[in-house]
Amino acid sequence: MAELVDAVRSTPRLIAVGAGTKPRLSAVPGVMRLSTAGLRGIIEYEPDEFTFTALAGTPVRDIAAALAAQGQYLPFDPVLAGAGATLGGTVAAGLNGPGRFRFGGLRDFILGVRFVDGTGRLLRMGGKVVKNAAGFDLPKFFVGSLGRFGVMAEVTFKVFPRRAAALTLRLPAGDAAGLATILTGAAGTRWELDALDASLDEGAVFARLAGPAPAIETLAGEILARWPGEKLSAAAAEKWWTDATEFGWAHPDGALVKVVLTPARVPDLAALVRPLPGARVWIGNGGNVAYVSLASAAEVPGLGEHVRQAGLAALTLRGVAAPLWPAGRARPAIAPAVKAALDPQNRFPSLDES
Amino acid sequence: MGQLMKNPSESSAVIARLAALLPAGRLLVEPVQLAAYESDGLTAFHARPLAVAVPETGEEVIALVRFCHAEKLPFVARGSGTSLSGGSLPIKEGIVITLNRLNRILRLDPVQRFAVVEPGVINALVSVAAAPHGLHYAPDPSSQSICTIGGNVAFNSGGAHCLKHGMTSNHVLGIKAVLATGEVVEWGGASREQVGPDWCGLFVGNEGLFGIAIEVTLQLLPKSECFHTVLAGYRTLEQAGDAVSAIVASGLLPGAIEIMDALALEAAVAAVHAEYPPGCEAVLIVELEGPRETVAIERVRLDEIIAASRPVEARPARDAAERMAIWKGRKSAFSAVGRLSPDFIVQDGVVPRRRLGEALRRIDEWSREAGLRCANVFHAGDGNLHPLILYDGRAPDGLARAEALAGRILKMCVEMGGSITGEHGVGVEKRDYLPDMFSADEIDCMKRLAAAFDPAGIANPGKMFPVAGAPALVQHGLHPLEKAGVISRE
Repeated sequence: MAELVDAVRSTPRLIAVGAGTKPRLSAVPGVMRLSTAGLRGIIEYEPDEFTFTALAGTPVRDIAAALAAQGQYLPFDPVLAGAGATLGGTVAAGLNGPGRFRFGGLRDFILGVRFVDGTGRLLRMGGKVVKNAAGFDLPKFFVGSLGRFGVMAEVTFKVFPRRAAALTLRLPAGDAAGLATILTGAAGTRWELDALDASLDEGAVFARLAGPAPAIETLAGEILARWPGEKLSAAAAEKWWTDATEFGWAHPDGALVKVVLTPARVPDLAALVRPLPGARVWIGNGGNVAYVSLASAAEVPGLGEHVRQAGLAALTLRGVAAPLWPAGRARPAIAPAVKAALDPQNRFPSLDES
Repeated sequence: MGQLMKNPSESSAVIARLAALLPAGRLLVEPVQLAAYESDGLTAFHARPLAVAVPETGEEVIALVRFCHAEKLPFVARGSGTSLSGGSLPIKEGIVITLNRLNRILRLDPVQRFAVVEPGVINALVSVAAAPHGLHYAPDPSSQSICTIGGNVAFNSGGAHCLKHGMTSNHVLGIKAVLATGEVVEWGGASREQVGPDWCGLFVGNEGLFGIAIEVTLQLLPKSECFHTVLAGYRTLEQAGDAVSAIVASGLLPGAIEIMDALALEAAVAAVHAEYPPGCEAVLIVELEGPRETVAIERVRLDEIIAASRPVEARPARDAAERMAIWKGRKSAFSAVGRLSPDFIVQDGVVPRRRLGEALRRIDEWSREAGLRCANVFHAGDGNLHPLILYDGRAPDGLARAEALAGRILKMCVEMGGSITGEHGVGVEKRDYLPDMFSADEIDCMKRLAAAFDPAGIANPGKMFPVAGAPALVQHGLHPLEKAGVISRE
């Protein structure tokens, strides 16, 4: 921790980097890359409290393993854990996996953060208990902040007990309009689905139920009576969800772009990727997000322009040659003042430096 | 604070210019009109503002804030004035902007499950509007029949279901706000996902120091189909606490876990004729929720755990009416206890759940030492205490002793690794305790953030941060609305 503070103080321009699983986010020319790999380990884990605190460079999979040993998990299903993503990188990227659908996203489970600000001070914001309303909620602001406001040293999260059993249904839907119909139709029901994703390429919705085995069997029957489909085997379900969180479906060396959506706009998204040959699309969180994989970074600006025209927002995760904000971004006048409050010497790059 | 108003004649000139911004009758300046706005849920404190502005549209709020910015005129935004931390206490050099007339639900999209509301919309009315679609708005502060979404956003309000569902912040998807600089920002939106820093998350819980939300996008959730609510009485508080630990360790995720102690039970019996198993020092309330098939299985598990915890008696609610009765007793407990005493202090510190028993023992010990009675009704699932310290303000040192005990409890919460506030916010009431939880550097960082949003220091000054030389502030008595049985505290 002291080394981290020294490193920040002695480096005029820097950005913290975890495992580099979303390489576009930290690809900033002209700044030093500070690896958090040495900041590794779980500081506190109290299963009875539903909380843990870990150093920012701790691989998410290590945390997942420690939680699983106590029957608990991070309910937003952190992405790229298998690829080695760190806890700090996951917070800075602000990405959620399929579990976001039921209980909320990373922003809803982060409780506290300890970070080094631009003046080199080690500060703790938020708390270590599951409920806290003291002080400004800076931990939430760090979610999606791309390392531009401070270097995270330690993060505290809320966790939940894992449900007894899970079951996944594959519901073929045809075109994007069909997908949107199932996504919106299934979301507001009594079933309390655990995850609700879709593959535009397969033209199918994937609904996951979690709870006591006999209960979810009954619910599955009711869902299949409404929309024809099939129950996936445990192995097939495991593969689908791992593919979803690890982006196993994407072009291995291509560009990956997150697009913010609402469920009703799934058909619009489908229309705007149609002109891009080879585009693959995974729809997450009940139709609130799409991840678009393109064979080459050179295609990202074209996608970004369509996304911008549709009034949606986007962020490039992979494809260092592509723009970070392919659809542009809002620049509220207040933002530079907030940046200066946390980083008066502009030690960390701005959101526009990329 | 920047260069604020210097003398009365200057003030009246500013107020005259301000009046021109609003139609006649919507700037209150007469003492009799201002009296109603002098205080909020923290009833001991009064301050008469220069004027109260009553905007009816977001545009009017924007114009008012821009005027305040240009004139360096302090403002305090207010909803229904139910803050228990003095969050909407006026300042005498400034104005109050009351938002109750911005009470429109602008959009309710049942298919995509969100609502866009103005800040003066009452919390419970969002769920009322969503109910025909099988949806609800989850955060349920116990003042929900009167408190407004704008106030909930400013103070990140909680309620009885936070362990599973989170606080206000976890349900706000988007905010349109006028900042203290006069800038109008729109953060987030209808999607449950976003890119870039979470500005919305930073704004919620700002305690009015950043600006005023004029439109808020809320996520709506499907209403649980089925509930299983159990009330169990125990000989000791410790046994009730052990039952909570056993439930938490079982892997169940109840929607609510609440405990009431003997004094709270006594008060609830007197106030709403609630009936509890005799000879109990503590009552535990646990509620499961979900699809009926899931609840049917999980309730068996819960009933086993409770039976194993050796209660005096366990009573599962057999129908919706019995469930409502259990919750009525629970939600009325605080104001009921308040009736037992001329004055009281209520706080909402948080301790790690495993230290609840120890915290309650110390509170009990310290109350005896101080010669004061203290009732406890609390959210056991998330360690959120609500000690209610009874005292007589007419006794020469009654207030001082109660204050000392309250301070001791807050410091204990911090020492145990918890928080000085779980859901009421810091406001005026706990601002002197902020340094117990945060270092000087951390408070400096928060002050810099506040100054970034409000360089002139005009947005709700005097809240959250300790003020040099300010007297310690203590709450007494029931809020008038509590006396009327309209609201209750948790």
